[in-house]
Amino acid sequence: MASMRDIRRRIKSIKSTQQITKAMKMVAAAKLRRAQESVVSSRPYSEKVQDVLGRLAASTKDYSHPLMEQREVKKVGLVILTGDRGLCGGYNANIIRMTEHMIAGTDKPVGLVAVGRRGRDYFRRRGIEITEEYINIGDNPTYIQGKELAKRLMVLYSEGMFDEIYILYTKFKSAMSMMPKTLKLLPVQPEEGEEIKEVEYIYEPSQAGVMNVLLPSYVETTVYQALLESKASEHGARMTAMSSATDNAVEIIDKLNLTLNRARQAAITTEISEIVSGAAALQ
Amino acid sequence: MAENAINFEVVTPEKVIISGNIDSLIVPAALGYLGVLSNHAPLVTALEIGVVTYRQDGKPKKMAISGGFLEVVNNKAVVLAQTAETEDKIDVSRAQSAKERAEKRLSERNADLDLLRAEMALKRAVSRIKAAQ
Repeated sequence: MASMRDIRRRIKSIKSTQQITKAMKMVAAAKLRRAQESVVSSRPYSEKVQDVLGRLAASTKDYSHPLMEQREVKKVGLVILTGDRGLCGGYNANIIRMTEHMIAGTDKPVGLVAVGRRGRDYFRRRGIEITEEYINIGDNPTYIQGKELAKRLMVLYSEGMFDEIYILYTKFKSAMSMMPKTLKLLPVQPEEGEEIKEVEYIYEPSQAGVMNVLLPSYVETTVYQALLESKASEHGARMTAMSSATDNAVEIIDKLNLTLNRARQAAITTEISEIVSGAAALQ
Repeated sequence: MAENAINFEVVTPEKVIISGNIDSLIVPAALGYLGVLSNHAPLVTALEIGVVTYRQDGKPKKMAISGGFLEVVNNKAVVLAQTAETEDKIDVSRAQSAKERAEKRLSERNADLDLLRAEMALKRAVSRIKAAQ
């Protein structure tokens, strides 16, 4: 059995780890609240944009915009949204695993646009081409950041660097549950809803003019939304991971305390029996 | 619901600014200001930086927006804007200083001047000031 001093030392070390995980949990919880608010409040916009785009596309079947044009796929771009830091359960690992699946599942060359340090480091070590990288997005992505990333992606697409771009992000449901997802970003394929009616729209200034505003704006919102969803998921995952780490620490400390008490008891018993037998020897 | 009401919504990436019934609406469309009354034909238009004016309960109200688009379908008007501020939320002094800054940059005409950007900034500032008046 370990000596009492060793056990005390272990308890102390676990206690200080517990303090750190507890602090991280609280920080994540505070950040989660803010991130959650921005996800929820930005959802109506992206839903509306998708809505309008879907209805427009349904009533303009014969029309094609450069961002909607299907090309022969020579190279696939994957935008992977991971965190800059670890200690957040399976959050980064899920996206990385999904990315590997995608890479394994295609026979086309793949380039990565890595958002977040974790994903970049992982794939760089494995020698996979990283076309662009965005590190230090911060805890609250702004629309401007989403817009810049989206603009860059549209340039990569229209310059022919990539012929298809997918975005891999983590959809936020609640602090406990989040889902890694893949979305085809470019070329734009509006979702075909069932109840979309064909409406004869008046376009101002023209169909092309409207599409020129709508499509980039759709891409921007989708990217922004994905950034927000991922950030909220990251904080949620970190909170859950740190919360269970804290609980585990409590459990280990309890166990160690028990062992410590038992060891102490045993030491006392030995001492008593030594004294008693010493006294008996004197008689 | 009033008889000639339009369901009106202004949504930005950050949040839903307004959602409610209004009587009429004037927006800065790509080809100039454009009015929408109830039972308008389905319409999609790009919006410029400018002032949106709408009447709610008989009272005119104003709002500064910076680009986006408007969809009207089935008596429902949705403005999707990059930013939108109702008149009571506009920081006039900030808009004023932004206007002066943009004007200064435009008048100096430095070689590295991003003309388009400065002009956009000026337009945004002017529309904010207008909406707040």
